Amino acid sequence: MTGEAIVFYLLAAVTLGSGVMVVTSSNIVHAAAALVPAFLGVTGLYILLNAEFVAGIQVLIYAGAITVLILFAIMLTEGGTGLGTRQRNEQAAVGTAVAAAMAALLIAVAVRTGWAPPPAGAVLPSYTPGAIGQSFLRQNILVFEGTSIVLLVSLMGAILIARRED
Amino acid sequence: MLGLTHYLVVAALLFALGLFAVVTRRNSVTILMGVELMLNAANINLVAFNKYAAPAAMQGQVFALIVITLAACEAAVGLALVLAAYRTLETVYVDEINIMKW
Repeated sequence: MTGEAIVFYLLAAVTLGSGVMVVTSSNIVHAAAALVPAFLGVTGLYILLNAEFVAGIQVLIYAGAITVLILFAIMLTEGGTGLGTRQRNEQAAVGTAVAAAMAALLIAVAVRTGWAPPPAGAVLPSYTPGAIGQSFLRQNILVFEGTSIVLLVSLMGAILIARRED
Repeated sequence: MLGLTHYLVVAALLFALGLFAVVTRRNSVTILMGVELMLNAANINLVAFNKYAAPAAMQGQVFALIVITLAACEAAVGLALVLAAYRTLETVYVDEINIMKW
């Protein structure tokens, strides 16, 4: 087993282990805290996939901002661990079956499809932030501008919705 | 030898975990956590396909960055909605928010 494979299995175990904790923990603060190792495991997978810039953004936005935002939402609503309240609805059995069926379906498709091997002798280009920025400002300019409008509108909408009405 | 399939299987399992949270959790904040896990699974797929299927292009990573941006928007608006619902209905449990149910 190569070093890359060992690192991959380690990162997958961290990601999925914390993911299980996120979805099963009856203490919602623990569930929110377990999001951090899950996101950091995904970050490691990005680095294994030569996507260092995406990995950096993942740490900044997911592990940093979104986790803190979720913790704030927990504190601003009930403000507790939620241990005294039932956290799961009556559909636990059906939900487990649906999630397991979905996982089985996706894994079957991924394993049974004959993916074309990567082009032989192809050298991976260096996905530098500069190259990604050039790509955003050339071929993907429309998507880039559209995303910035969506970002602006959603942040204004979030302020408007969460604001206390006087 | 590590291949595309390894990453796709991890992403499939992460997606199923997120789906499980969305279907069975009662607290709307934990439902949003499940949505975040599902978006992460989709991002792993995009970046993995970028490396293994079209290494010369950069579209997979560009898409992953856009999905991360939209996930941040989704979290902000979603949590604002949770706060607004909590302020008017005094609950964050989705099975108790049923005033529009016939």
